[in-house]
Amino acid sequence: MRSELHYDAVVIGAGTAGLVAGTRLAQNGARVCVVARGIGSTHLAPATIDVLGYAGGRAVVDPGRSLEELIAQRPDHPYARIGRPTVEAAAHWLGGVITDGPLPGYRYVGSLSRNLRLPTAVGALRPSAFVPDTMAAGDALERVCIVGSPALRDFHPSLCAENLRAAGIDARSVSLSLSLDRADANTLGIARRLDDPSRRARFCAELSPMLRADEHVGLPAMLGLRDPHGVHADMESRLGRRVFEIPSLPPSVPGMRLFEILTAALRRAHGRLVLGPRVVGAERDGNRIASISTDAAGHQTVYGADTFVLATGGFASGGIELDSAWVTHDRVLGLPLDGVPASDQPRFYPDYFDEQPMARVGVAVDADLRARGADNVFVVGAALPGAIPWREGSGEGIAMSSGYRAAEVIGAGTAAAAGAAL
Amino acid sequence: MSDGILHEMLRGSLDHCVKCTICETACPVSNVSPLFPGPKYAGPQSERYRVADEPSVDSSVDYCSGCGICSMVCPQGVKIAEINAQARNKLKRQKGVPLRDRIITRPTWLGRAGTPTAPIANFTLRSRPLRVLAEKALGVHRDAPVPKFAGRRFSRWMRGHQAPGTGRRIVYFHGCGTEYYEPWEGQKVVEILEHNGFEVEVPKQDCCGLPLQSSGLFDDARRVVLRLAKALSPHVRNDPDTLIVGNATSCTLMLKREAREILGLEDDPDLRLVSERTYDVCELLLELHDRGELRTDFQPVQETVAYHAPCQQQGHWIGKPALELLALIPGLEVREMNARCCGIAGTYGLKAEKYEIAQDVGRSLFDQVAASGASSVACDSETCRWQITHSTQRPSVHPIDFLHRAYGLDRGTAAQ
Repeated sequence: MRSELHYDAVVIGAGTAGLVAGTRLAQNGARVCVVARGIGSTHLAPATIDVLGYAGGRAVVDPGRSLEELIAQRPDHPYARIGRPTVEAAAHWLGGVITDGPLPGYRYVGSLSRNLRLPTAVGALRPSAFVPDTMAAGDALERVCIVGSPALRDFHPSLCAENLRAAGIDARSVSLSLSLDRADANTLGIARRLDDPSRRARFCAELSPMLRADEHVGLPAMLGLRDPHGVHADMESRLGRRVFEIPSLPPSVPGMRLFEILTAALRRAHGRLVLGPRVVGAERDGNRIASISTDAAGHQTVYGADTFVLATGGFASGGIELDSAWVTHDRVLGLPLDGVPASDQPRFYPDYFDEQPMARVGVAVDADLRARGADNVFVVGAALPGAIPWREGSGEGIAMSSGYRAAEVIGAGTAAAAGAAL
Repeated sequence: MSDGILHEMLRGSLDHCVKCTICETACPVSNVSPLFPGPKYAGPQSERYRVADEPSVDSSVDYCSGCGICSMVCPQGVKIAEINAQARNKLKRQKGVPLRDRIITRPTWLGRAGTPTAPIANFTLRSRPLRVLAEKALGVHRDAPVPKFAGRRFSRWMRGHQAPGTGRRIVYFHGCGTEYYEPWEGQKVVEILEHNGFEVEVPKQDCCGLPLQSSGLFDDARRVVLRLAKALSPHVRNDPDTLIVGNATSCTLMLKREAREILGLEDDPDLRLVSERTYDVCELLLELHDRGELRTDFQPVQETVAYHAPCQQQGHWIGKPALELLALIPGLEVREMNARCCGIAGTYGLKAEKYEIAQDVGRSLFDQVAASGASSVACDSETCRWQITHSTQRPSVHPIDFLHRAYGLDRGTAAQ
């Protein structure tokens, strides 16, 4: 048995790219359904929008300029198909969605003209273009105290401080006792507690005497889930110092906020979100995908659509897979790939941190992000070929701007069709 | 399929766990109570230490409410809730099943006993001293939301009901909630289906076994669900176009998937047929609408309603069809609640040791309902409705109630 539903656009995948594309399409008046096997990349990533962090082996200072250089040199790179103006428009739009979202006062800061350099959990300085304002005080550090707790086993303040010192920052660390009622504490559990003003006051009262004058305070990213802006402002006022969040291991509290914001915007635009099922089949109509079927409970559910957006991610999320016969596939729609090394070329190099050839593999697209061999499918995010996001510091930037770009192209196509019909 | 093979298949899925913790962010219970360490810890992590014939490694999995959200949000397809349900069953077998769990998991027995004696039964369930006694003697929390016996059965109404002979057959699975506690919901389902040209058949039927399954009483649950599958399957077997539709969303999910996966009944032909043909009522109506086959002669309903999609409805993995249906009704202002769970999880929130946890789980939903300005709440599952009404003091109804009113069918229906 099959159930059938029809939408203007069906987005497959609910990471940043899929949610941006779905929300943008729904805001433009399309009937949208986002279908995903589960929650995606948001909950695992720092939630900063790193447009371009590294180029030519160096940290990027001016991401706008470096982006233009990259576009000129690498026509096969996703950014070359997206273009700088769209990256800027997408960032402006996302900033608005965040500001108008369900978390009062929470906003992103930054620009394409200068990367902020924010400490990571291990004390490296990571270049990011757009970041939550709760992280912004981590930029251009001079004196800093990194705060952790033995209860938080995934964050080591002394390691973070030591590496920051190596980068020339006057950094030290302190450790809080944090009396928690569970052994498996993580930043999420603490974030929920810090949303509560009385627990926050106790937290600040324990921390305050440990601080020295004129130092910034760096904490793992856990300053509230419901009201991070309020938590951050309150802690700055209680501690009398600039406070900033440092992204740490999953679950990512700032990523959960971003998911909350994007899904709220999708809901508000009357877009639908279906979580749980896998795509188990697709029906073609010539050069188009007519529908996809999913393994809902009991019987399959079929989603027909005029347009599909493939936001299923790369190898890490299983959107692209390498089978035991060393053949790579787009697992969901079986579309042709780009960037697969020829059979006589190396696929992997032995050093993990090498520029791995397989990392560039993605679903083949034209200049409009349209999939080769399927005229009504657009590919966004980590499913795109040509980038190595973790080396470039470009993952979230590509996700955001390709999702935005796909919605633009689809919207223009719909408008043109409507014009032709008149 | 034998227990062993099925168990190995579920266990096999745990190798896909990359420890990303997404399930932990979404678990309603572990986020409010330290007594449950979370789906990842209790599931993919602890499962590696569980050996078939050896004692359970820890008992925290008893605090899993079985809502299934972990399996839904897992991006890697790990059967977390299913693994935990099996671990809970094993724990129950070892530690023994409390008398309470043998009683509250049998809605058919309770319904048959309570219906003819409804005034007394309802008085008993609402008498403070007796409830305190029940808490002490049985472990059913004194404040837990328990439904009222209607004193009449849906099936009795149906027997007296004149079904129009349209030839477009559909089989209605009403479940125990409709049969004993909310027979008017069943009447509404039947009237809406008939309004849309269906000829509704109601086979003799019993419990789906979900309460037994979620309390870890697997052998009893298997007997009960197979009996139901045997009762329903002859009505659809010879006609590929005939569907089974239900308004009890957790019970239809039991038939669709949970009985097959959790109880290891993939091999039963009756259950497989029933599983494939079963539709949630809102799922069916939305699909009809998509095909242009749903009547839309809706009159305006000037009201604001809060809609909560219960976890068991979300477990169908079909999104929220009720929302799209409610959006068709002119005048109706629908506020979608952004909460994962009301806390009750069937019988979980009735249990004395879990009542407070269930209240904490539902707090976010209750607060949102209070802030929504809605005069009532729509929700697809009856136990969730009872919990929501108990904790928000607002009436809660199945979403189809609004369709029924918008069709103008409520004028002919017996009052609640």
